[in-house]
Amino acid sequence: MIKSIFKEAEPPPTPFPLRLSRVHEVMGPAAYSFGLIGAQSAGLPLLWIRKAGLAPNLFPQGIAAFLPPDQILLARPADQKDSLAVAEEALKDKALKSVVLESQAPLNLREGRRLQLAAQTGGGLGLCLIRDGMGSNAAETRWICSPLYDPAPDRICQDSTLMRWECIKNKSGTIGAWHVRWDRTAHRLHMVPAPSHGTGLAHI
Amino acid sequence: MRTYRRTEKDGSAHVNGSPNTHAHIGMGTGARPFALVNKQGQHERLYCVNHAAEQAGLYIGMAVTQARALCRNLTLWPAAPDDDTQFLRHLRRWTQRYTPWASIDGTDGLLLDITGAAHLFGGEMMMLTDIRRRLDAMGLSCRLGLADTRGAAWALAHYHEAIAPVGETETAIEHLPVAALRLEPDMVVALQRLGLRRIADLQATARAPLARRFGPDLLAKLDQAMGFRSEPLSPDADPPYYAASMTLAEPIGLLDDLWRGLDELLSRLCVTLTNQHMGMRAMELVLRRVDKASLTLPLRLAAPMRDKDRILPLFSRQLEMVDSGFGIDQLRLRALQVEPLAMEQMGAEVVPDLNDLITRIGTRIGLNNIQRFTPHDSHWPERSFALAPATSHQGARNWGPQDWGRSPLRPTCLFPPEPIYAHHDGRREPPHEFQWRRDIFTIAKASGPERIAPEWWNSTQSLRDYWYVQTSQGRRLWIFHTPQDKGYAQGSGWFVQGEFA
Repeated sequence: MIKSIFKEAEPPPTPFPLRLSRVHEVMGPAAYSFGLIGAQSAGLPLLWIRKAGLAPNLFPQGIAAFLPPDQILLARPADQKDSLAVAEEALKDKALKSVVLESQAPLNLREGRRLQLAAQTGGGLGLCLIRDGMGSNAAETRWICSPLYDPAPDRICQDSTLMRWECIKNKSGTIGAWHVRWDRTAHRLHMVPAPSHGTGLAHI
Repeated sequence: MRTYRRTEKDGSAHVNGSPNTHAHIGMGTGARPFALVNKQGQHERLYCVNHAAEQAGLYIGMAVTQARALCRNLTLWPAAPDDDTQFLRHLRRWTQRYTPWASIDGTDGLLLDITGAAHLFGGEMMMLTDIRRRLDAMGLSCRLGLADTRGAAWALAHYHEAIAPVGETETAIEHLPVAALRLEPDMVVALQRLGLRRIADLQATARAPLARRFGPDLLAKLDQAMGFRSEPLSPDADPPYYAASMTLAEPIGLLDDLWRGLDELLSRLCVTLTNQHMGMRAMELVLRRVDKASLTLPLRLAAPMRDKDRILPLFSRQLEMVDSGFGIDQLRLRALQVEPLAMEQMGAEVVPDLNDLITRIGTRIGLNNIQRFTPHDSHWPERSFALAPATSHQGARNWGPQDWGRSPLRPTCLFPPEPIYAHHDGRREPPHEFQWRRDIFTIAKASGPERIAPEWWNSTQSLRDYWYVQTSQGRRLWIFHTPQDKGYAQGSGWFVQGEFA
């Protein structure tokens, strides 16, 4: 009885770091950074699934700011069906900690649910990079990520990594928006309170 | 037992086929001069010649230019000594139909110990006839010699094709030149200078001066040929054969039965692999149906393996799709690619193996479609990395963060340069406002230029000045222009090549 009261009293879990054993969705121009940071916090190696017809566009020297590029495996399936099958197979396996799927077509409920079940079996993190409006209802959280102009004057010679991450769907917690900044040398995420909400994640 | 038989009667047959005989097949052996060529030192030299070429005055080791001058219609072909050895190995396996004691002799001969085997073929004569007939049918020319001793058989095969009757080795070979004793060429020359041309001359000479002059080797060879000194023949071991098959009395069709059959074959194969410290990387399962159709299920692995319990589930995807028709009555599992695989410490903690996953995914999308980034020695962004199959060995080479701590700023995404539309005023700084991918951007901050030049041997590209720009819309881009291209053929001369997404 007491235990349950304590549970009630706990603050609702924050959406980031992303919940493991679940599949999350992300869209927007900064989705790649989100995927890499998410995988870095969930654990490596990372399997990145991108259709074979598309040119590979990850640049290992740039990725090195987030995680060591040799920890990335690229899978290049021929079509959407194979991509989903590879993602499911990889999520089920315990050898991989995170799987990123670049989805080109909308995911229906059945596909989303299958991925979700696979992630629960394997215990890793699943991330779908989707286009606007292509999400599936089975996703644990859905994010819109976009880079922000950073007016801070001292950052002109470095890459500013200020981004706005907005959680627009969360099955088990709050939604909200956060301004984040990635520290390339320390490999850590700094949260900046978003002006409209005024609350950031307290600790990452 | 063996020595006893040897004293009573010993047969040693020497089959001498000219090397590369397989290369002659179809070239009209003997009809036209033909020679194989390889590079010895700085010169192309004849490696092997056929009979017609020999008649024309060509010999092994002759320079190709000289041979061409002597013989106008000479056909030349590059020699492949490795393939010859391989072929000889197959031929040795074939000669085991005559005797189990067969070995390869030198680069061009086979040595058979036919003790106790000749009567199975109706005597020595019949046996040699049979060998010759079958080799002829294969298109191979051969020279055969048979004698009591190994040395004598060699001499007869090389210098005078014959069968030496039992106990008459001496009379059979004494008229042959001294080179028939398998001597070094300069020793042969030295003997000829002394007037010792035939083996009979050598035998008539006092042994002590010969030994003093030429060392013990000459007399040893002579004694071995005459049978006074033993020279045993050790048959080559058959190379391990990585395959297992199973023929069934009654056809099977149920999936469970197939699993059981595959399990049995795989355990047999894995025992062989374990004994040889090998692992297999590629294999195929051939299922023969009752109607003689056969189904081949290939399987490639991400890493060499010989663990039955790990390989077996990898067949599941393919085995479930098998159409067994009226039933399957033969299963055959063959390793196509085998690699050394060392023993491992047992009892270690079981970690889920990434290679198993790669194999499973590979059976669906192809192993080559699972890739890894490998660094490449170039500053030019497109050439600074390569994508290699994740299964190749030279992955994971110094991509550590320590290499990147001092590296300049690079985008996360790199794509082929896309031109941007802007008013170009000829300045070296990026345009203040531009259009890219149907959006208008204004530059809030820009840092650069970082000049990257192509390697001097790549003359098709001209050097680029890269800028890192932050737009007031938020997107951060990696753009460049090519200051050496005066024409600005494509729009503004500015391109977007990457995004810090």
